[in-house]
Amino acid sequence: MSATRSPAGIRLENLTLTHGRHPAVHHVSGRFAPGSLTAVVGPNGAGKTTLLRALAGLHKPESGRIAHEGTARIALLPQLAALDRAFPIACRDVVMQGLWPRLGAFRGVPQAERDRAARALAAVGLSGFEDRPVGSLSAGQTQRLLFARLLVQDADILLLDEPFNAVDAKTSADLLRLVREWHGEGRTVIAVLHDLDLVARDFPETLLIARDAIAWGPTGQALSAANRLKARMMAEAWADEAEHCHIAA
Amino acid sequence: MHDLLIAPFAEFGFLRRALVGCMALSVSAPVLGVFLVLRRMSLTADVLAHGALPGVALGFLLAGLSAPALWLGGLVAGLLVAVGAGALSRATGGREDATLAALYLLALGAGVAMISMGGGGATDLSHILFGSVLGVDDAALLLMAGVATLTLVVLAFGWRPLVLECFDPSFAAAAGARGGLWHLVFQALVVLNVLSAFQALGTLMAVGLMMLPAIASRHWAREVSGMTYAAVGIALAASVVGLLVSYHADVPTGPAIVLVAGAAWAVSVLAGPVDGLLPRLVRRGHLAG
Repeated sequence: MSATRSPAGIRLENLTLTHGRHPAVHHVSGRFAPGSLTAVVGPNGAGKTTLLRALAGLHKPESGRIAHEGTARIALLPQLAALDRAFPIACRDVVMQGLWPRLGAFRGVPQAERDRAARALAAVGLSGFEDRPVGSLSAGQTQRLLFARLLVQDADILLLDEPFNAVDAKTSADLLRLVREWHGEGRTVIAVLHDLDLVARDFPETLLIARDAIAWGPTGQALSAANRLKARMMAEAWADEAEHCHIAA
Repeated sequence: MHDLLIAPFAEFGFLRRALVGCMALSVSAPVLGVFLVLRRMSLTADVLAHGALPGVALGFLLAGLSAPALWLGGLVAGLLVAVGAGALSRATGGREDATLAALYLLALGAGVAMISMGGGGATDLSHILFGSVLGVDDAALLLMAGVATLTLVVLAFGWRPLVLECFDPSFAAAAGARGGLWHLVFQALVVLNVLSAFQALGTLMAVGLMMLPAIASRHWAREVSGMTYAAVGIALAASVVGLLVSYHADVPTGPAIVLVAGAAWAVSVLAGPVDGLLPRLVRRGHLAG
């Protein structure tokens, strides 16, 4: 993997994302610094997935702006549930999907890239799984497979949506080691997570979000008891009849 | 043996044309069918085919049994039903499959009514509904071959994006694979293939050669690529055998080919190596690891 990376920071400028007219992310400003390792945490329905999808360019901002610093290659790890795991495709072909940005629809796969795909499978502990259909994998093995695809993709910014959900301790430890390696290589990693102990231990930066950004900064400060309580109360006020928002866009 | 298998094709030009047309259809339509099955859209092609009937009927009333007229009418009507259902369900918040069902039933009723009111006899109606080898004239043949060629070329470029879009739409979108655009192109190909099957198979059964081999194919392979080869093989066999059955037993070509393809499906369900019923009866015990 290349040693020098282009600066791959993302700035949010007064960003609002909506589903219909309801805000999922509400007037959030801040910056994911290049090479930072950030956990996005918050209650269910706090807009975490929506934010990640917007960062990947899949959800258009209602107002405000997502400003990319430099031209970065972005890779998205979707939630496991968003995948059609019954699709008849072999593991090798899933990993090689990571080559899409470089090979596109029609270019052949050079031997070097095939070798890279094989090494990626080995790196996630799935050697020998090349010809296995995806449908025969467990949830944890499928997540390992998707991490192998990320390895092959070699992106500057990695967006991970609940990467350790529904996987056992061994798998999440293995995958976490890959995340740390990516961080060490200077990639920008943004992960939606629920396990606060894991966040406190392994993620230097945290964005605590409940529609509004409750806190954004070093994990120790962001996850203070006061901030967590605030996030919970924000989330529980969700379903009420809301008034018009008057904050300037 | 020669009389049974070769002589009909050697003797009759119209049967040869029908054979070539059906074989052209067999290499393109089942491939689309495989993707329709994988996208849980197995019934969509059928709906499009039925929805095209009023257009076909109008073309028939204005120009008789001529390929370009039937085809143009069918194309317009089919696209109207497909696009109309999408637009209507978005505008009213209803489910798209429900709107599609309403529109295609309406179109089917209107189509049959138009043909019978237009003074077309029972023969004409059955030609349009069930297909006729006599309908495969040179124009129709060129059309079928052209559509098959176009489909294969477009699929060659669209294969990876389509697989990506089916398997993991968010990844496809984030990686810039333009899955949505390819989905539209894919649907256009489905309409073209359904319409090119009209002359030989009739509107009611145009999708038979597209869907039955595709549905059967999952019992023969575990990967998309293998499934498409299996589907094309089954479709080719069904075309040859179906036309022979049609000739010897004096059955319209549409039902004949569809019945043969259906028999192939039944065999696949029973004896196919992947998830077939019979292999399950052979108790082989489980492996140690």
